[in-house]
Amino acid sequence: MSKTPGAFSLRDLEGEVRSFPAGRPSLVCFAKEDCATCNLVAPLLEAFHRTWGEHADVWIVAQARDGAEILRDRHGLTLPILDDSALRTSLAWDFESVPAVFWTDAEGVTAPVMEGLVKAEWEALSARVSAALGTPAPQVDWAGLPDWRPGCGSKHLDPDIHDRLVAEAEGSPIRARKIEVAASDDVDEFLFDQGFSDGLPLVAPTPERVLRMLSGTTRDPQDVVAVVPPNMAPATVEKVAINAVMAGCRPEYLPVVIAAVEAVCTDEFNIHGVNATTMGASPVLVVNGPIRHRIGMNMKLAALGAGNRANATIGRAVRLVIRNLGGARPGGVDRSTMSNPMKFTMCFAEWEEGSPWDPLHVERGFRPEDSVVTALAMTSGPVQIVDQESRRPDQLAGTLGLGLEGMFLPKIRRMPVDALLVVCPEHIRTLTVDGDYSKERLRARIQEVTSRPLSEMVSNEVSGAGIPRASAARMTADMLATLTPKFADGKYIHIVVAGSEAGKFSAAFHGWVTGAMGSTVVSRKIDC
Amino acid sequence: MTTILDPTDERVPVARQITPRTGTIEGVIGLLDISKPRGNVLLDELERLLADRFPDNEIRRYAKPTFTKPCPSDLRLKIKSECSVLVEALAD
Repeated sequence: MSKTPGAFSLRDLEGEVRSFPAGRPSLVCFAKEDCATCNLVAPLLEAFHRTWGEHADVWIVAQARDGAEILRDRHGLTLPILDDSALRTSLAWDFESVPAVFWTDAEGVTAPVMEGLVKAEWEALSARVSAALGTPAPQVDWAGLPDWRPGCGSKHLDPDIHDRLVAEAEGSPIRARKIEVAASDDVDEFLFDQGFSDGLPLVAPTPERVLRMLSGTTRDPQDVVAVVPPNMAPATVEKVAINAVMAGCRPEYLPVVIAAVEAVCTDEFNIHGVNATTMGASPVLVVNGPIRHRIGMNMKLAALGAGNRANATIGRAVRLVIRNLGGARPGGVDRSTMSNPMKFTMCFAEWEEGSPWDPLHVERGFRPEDSVVTALAMTSGPVQIVDQESRRPDQLAGTLGLGLEGMFLPKIRRMPVDALLVVCPEHIRTLTVDGDYSKERLRARIQEVTSRPLSEMVSNEVSGAGIPRASAARMTADMLATLTPKFADGKYIHIVVAGSEAGKFSAAFHGWVTGAMGSTVVSRKIDC
Repeated sequence: MTTILDPTDERVPVARQITPRTGTIEGVIGLLDISKPRGNVLLDELERLLADRFPDNEIRRYAKPTFTKPCPSDLRLKIKSECSVLVEALAD
């Protein structure tokens, strides 16, 4: 119960506005007609009103308009019954059950008295107020009342109502502009028309939904998570939450979305370039650590595809933040020639428990118990790498290498470009059939099997791509015979484990421009 | 009425925006008389001006049976299927 309840103005059943504080002592009792205890105290309050009425206000504040009338008629009440069917005053006065009684003395000091019915306390209140006002004691049949009855839950705490009330109340954490959608308008269509959508339907970001979303984080709603290019718009926690609602997230996903937005908006990740490039890049988000299990992410069967709410909506929420806050839309700053479905969403968790290796986040310097999201700018994928025949570890590692050889174009080699290799559990079993097979060994094997003479990179009649013929003409035969691997360095090959335990199908994502001119992989610890 | 929160950086006013004006019209121009007095006079004049300015566009005239009731759905569908743009003469 609020110890310093605020002022209010409510209409009584005759339409007269009653304002608190009224400048004289008052007893205010919140009640609802379907509460048995409220019905027990209603005659008490009427007796108080008849006795104290000249010196003090005795008011019932009813939590429904029709309920106020029912109380009046049922008990023949003559005291003012105020209509708080909007429940805003109930919320502001902050009690849990009705009847809830507050006494304001002659000095204007308001104090909560009690919730429910405790006969001794009501008797004490009657005596105390009568003494203070210098009136006789109200005529009450105290013997006919039970000693104690609990109250009923206040209507303003009804889950269907409370979030909306909090969202609309003064002091609400909501600061975003409110948009009224006319009753005759279809909300879903309105969201499309405003350009908020990625092409799929959105969940309407109502204040109560956003408030529930904000319950997923302890961060202040007005904290700025990141500045989102190209608009350079501050992404507050609240704005991220609005987009997370639209994407279909549950509140417990919000910390992942926040960390991912932080990651992609760093200078290193360079979401501006990732969005703008005609190559059509998009963040691929890999989640590691305990949060994977807590929020039910998919890391096994169909990990890279549809069907899991967390995977699907976290990735989508990040894309919607980029679209709506950053303002990067296809045809605007997004200039993708082809684009790709990762621009809807691409987020999955690593199946750390199915991996013989350190998980991605540990490899990148975090503790195993940390929850971390890693963003990689990718232009293609997942591209399947099929091998159902290899039985030896080096054979399988060779397959994974050959599977990556097609990245961009097979004849392009020595690429300083990231790739993300997702190894499936059956391929892991083959790799480790003789014991440990380290990631370093796998990277080295990929480089080994993709090495070809430089001469194969030279522009020719089959494909004009590669080393210009004029440049090749200046090279010696030895130079042209130099074996050149697919990647400029093994460090560009990022490796995680995911997928179903059945099936010999690994997958690869192909990167964009890696490094200072393009994008660097960024990991962020999830605040949870 | 539903209230939603703005997911953008709030640099653009939120409102139902009118369709962008391109300065040109393609397809059939419909003129709808809602059957208020002298609506036909207004539309006759408008048709003359439009025909001058857009000689390549066909202009078709339509009329609601009465201005007191909503446009019948078959007429609405007919206009929608036949016209690219419609000018409705609303009042007398």
